[in-house]
Amino acid sequence: MTQPLLKIENVSKRFTRMPGLAERLVGRLTGGGKPVVVHALSDVSFDVARGEVVGIVGESGCGKSTLGRVVSGIYAPSDGRVVLDGKPVAHERGGNVEKLTTRVQMIHQDPFASLNPRMKVGETVAEGPRHHGIIPRGEVQARVRALIEKVGLEGAYADRLPHQFSGGQRQRIAIARALAMDPELLVLDEAVASLDVSIQAQVLNLFMELRRDLGLTALFISHDLSVVRHVCDRVAIMYLGRLVELAPADVLYSDPKHPYTRALFASVPTVGSGKREFEAIKGEIPSPINPPPGCAFHPRCPLAGPRCRVEVPKLAGAGASRTVACHLNDGGVELKDKAA
Amino acid sequence: MTAALDVKGLTTRFDTRGGSVTAVNNVSFSVDKGRILGIVGESGSGKSVTGFSILGLIDEPGKVVGGSVLIEGTDLRALSPDDMRGMRGRKVSMVFQDPMMTLNPVLRVGDQMAMAVRVHRPMSKPKALEEARRALEIVGIPSPAERLKAYPHQLSGGMRQRVAIAIALLHSPAVIIADEPTTALDVSIQGQILAEVRRLADQTGTAIVWITHDLAVVSSLADDICVMYAGRIVERGTAEQVISAPRHPYTQGLLDSVPAQHEPGKPLPQIPGSTPQLSRLPSGCPFRPRCPRATELCATEPPVDDRDGQIVLCHHPLERP
Repeated sequence: MTQPLLKIENVSKRFTRMPGLAERLVGRLTGGGKPVVVHALSDVSFDVARGEVVGIVGESGCGKSTLGRVVSGIYAPSDGRVVLDGKPVAHERGGNVEKLTTRVQMIHQDPFASLNPRMKVGETVAEGPRHHGIIPRGEVQARVRALIEKVGLEGAYADRLPHQFSGGQRQRIAIARALAMDPELLVLDEAVASLDVSIQAQVLNLFMELRRDLGLTALFISHDLSVVRHVCDRVAIMYLGRLVELAPADVLYSDPKHPYTRALFASVPTVGSGKREFEAIKGEIPSPINPPPGCAFHPRCPLAGPRCRVEVPKLAGAGASRTVACHLNDGGVELKDKAA
Repeated sequence: MTAALDVKGLTTRFDTRGGSVTAVNNVSFSVDKGRILGIVGESGSGKSVTGFSILGLIDEPGKVVGGSVLIEGTDLRALSPDDMRGMRGRKVSMVFQDPMMTLNPVLRVGDQMAMAVRVHRPMSKPKALEEARRALEIVGIPSPAERLKAYPHQLSGGMRQRVAIAIALLHSPAVIIADEPTTALDVSIQGQILAEVRRLADQTGTAIVWITHDLAVVSSLADDICVMYAGRIVERGTAEQVISAPRHPYTQGLLDSVPAQHEPGKPLPQIPGSTPQLSRLPSGCPFRPRCPRATELCATEPPVDDRDGQIVLCHHPLERP
């Protein structure tokens, strides 16, 4: 078997906020004032094959954006490691980080914030390859024009400023900038979420076309289940920093196994289904500062049993190249008798 | 029977230095008691300005320049500013996308709700707090008496939006205008709120105008749907008519571009071009430059075409058997 392009191995990411001076002083008296730890990612592992597009889906606070940033090398993981093309990355400092950022490119949600408003878009696209010396100096201009045409805009637009473009056009420019680095992996973080429906279809079509032409490998992070189904080969569902289910898109969508995945599918309204029932998940998403013990979904899960409250379910195979983290999948939700 | 809300020929214009822009152009619709009307449109379609125009919340340089807005037969546009203030919150109220537009961050939820009660109905504060508690209960907030003592920052986004909806409900208004109220929320929380809203319309008889860009939400929630494009309602009908048998090419294009119904990986049907700028609209039908059915005729004003109550503004509506 060929080696996967990306291996995410037991990655955890914690953000710690140290208490301020006042909080420490008050803490002396009240016993509080301890560092606040947010568990953004807990023990996430999976592989991405070359040429594969993997969707990462979840609600806010599930860690999907943090995962994208760890893979892009913006954050170093607290535990575990990211391996790109057989070489561990993200832990390395200095020069190596720079090399990583040329191999993994990120496309962000808001094309109004991600483009420098004072820079001609052609300059924006050229900046990366010029800095890293990827393209000979004399060829940069021609290459920039070719890229801008590749994403469906006119080459002459290279001399315009971002404010002269619509949201959809800006997102095309952001894609051109990412492609300019000849990346091995693209990380798209809610890349179509801020676009109107009619424009979203255009950008998705562009992405699928580029993928076909260039053989792109990508992590496609989104909260939109129907978009993810359309463009992804495999889909990972995340909840409170953990991977709860990972399966090929058709398997997952036709037969979701994890109770959270099922509830998520059930609460999404769809066009023309005539569905009038939405209330599939009770309660709120718990805080990642104090995630519930055991399975993080147990307080909202209709099938939770005693075991779910104490033991964290492991991600395990459940047939058809699917993995699920749920006790229903590995022996049931009742506590096993210790004496037995 | 008088409709809860009857809007006729509503037109709102913004006179800016760059020229005059008609953000809402001759918009008409009505909503009966207990019904939910969805207004769908992309950015710049005028859907939010329509909501603000109904409540008379348009600021300079904008101005409502024509039409009437009848709430249970009373024309809001004919009212003095004082009388209008007496209507807002009592007969018609609004829920915004960001609940912090409604909530005051430095007041406890109970205090600000009691204030909102007593603006229209003089009563003691304990009584007003009791009203507030009941409103929180209606929108499904657990332990409502506790929440009255909380500050907005102590509540989650979904909880805050429920409080904003509860405030809109305080005086059992005839009409609630909701502008993208679940757009910023997670799907599981959105699902809970949609279920509550549907129940509220059925049980209290409040008419609801639900403004959104999300076709899936209106198709599952609304009884009737208006589709807006460049300030006009281009199609109007029951949810069933508009979603399963759209007649305007724009509606058809919007529905087609939703990925859910297409085979994964295949190119999506797309509407060419970008959403129009109101200051540079073409003559005649504003959708003309992007429309697959456009002809020379479309450079003239499109006619109103009514079939079984499904109304489209189009020279070449899609014909259905």
